[in-house]
Amino acid sequence: MAVEALIEKLKEQVGVERPPRVYEVEKGMIWRFAQALGDSNPLWQDGKYAAKSSYGDIVAPPTFALVLGFEQVVQALAAEPSVTVLHGSTDLETYLTIKPGDTITVTARIANARERPGKMGNMLFVTFDMSYHNQKQEAVARCRQMAIIY
Amino acid sequence: MKQQIYYEDVAVGGEIMPLIKLPTTRQLVMYAGASGDYNPIHYDKDYALERGLSGVVVHGQLAGCFLGQMLTDWMGDEGSLRKLSLSYKGMNFPGDTLTCRGIVTKKDIKDGQYLVTASIWIEKESGEKTLTGTAVIALPTCGR
Repeated sequence: MAVEALIEKLKEQVGVERPPRVYEVEKGMIWRFAQALGDSNPLWQDGKYAAKSSYGDIVAPPTFALVLGFEQVVQALAAEPSVTVLHGSTDLETYLTIKPGDTITVTARIANARERPGKMGNMLFVTFDMSYHNQKQEAVARCRQMAIIY
Repeated sequence: MKQQIYYEDVAVGGEIMPLIKLPTTRQLVMYAGASGDYNPIHYDKDYALERGLSGVVVHGQLAGCFLGQMLTDWMGDEGSLRKLSLSYKGMNFPGDTLTCRGIVTKKDIKDGQYLVTASIWIEKESGEKTLTGTAVIALPTCGR
């Protein structure tokens, strides 16, 4: 399958909600994320320090939401080794702080897919809308991701 | 405790404390594992070259998280990042010196929240801005 087939497939999926992904957030996940960033902020990893903060315990950095459910987007796009996927933009809105013990459900759908001729052949600009809810069904965050495929 | 910044401390035009990041291939592998983003352009040099890139590329969102780190370092434990908009303009590579920067562009009080808007970006040593964006941060107020 070349890029054209993937483009057709993604265009057909516009508006369709994907099966939700559920993440049980624990301290190890947050620690691993902070380590990967090289972010030594004690609020993400030092329980003693975080206990004295207004949160009372470790919390996740606000950008942590970006990695929840993102693999789903990558899988939908990069299924083919002959297809190049580049990230165009990210728009994240956060409403609640994610904490260890939270169960976050992420739902994603393709909001739109626009084809444009580019220097490497036809390019597809595809926009995903992601929503994040916790175990109390409260909205935690919302994110719009745009990717470029060619 | 880290020092807390308050809404009243911030002026439009003021600079956010810059943050310098030095990504390595090892960091890209760590981020791939932490994020589940296994796009091979981030770890497979042969594949990246074949796709016309000059080598493995820093994940756009990892660079975005660097800007997030600059903001959370600056806003302190009582600050809250409400919005983060990122536009990926250019590629970052392991070995680059990436400077995260930000300038406060707006202050307003909305629905009882003390909000600061900042223009944020990453620049390379050459001055090229590879990532630009906007952030909205809620800060605590001295008067509360």
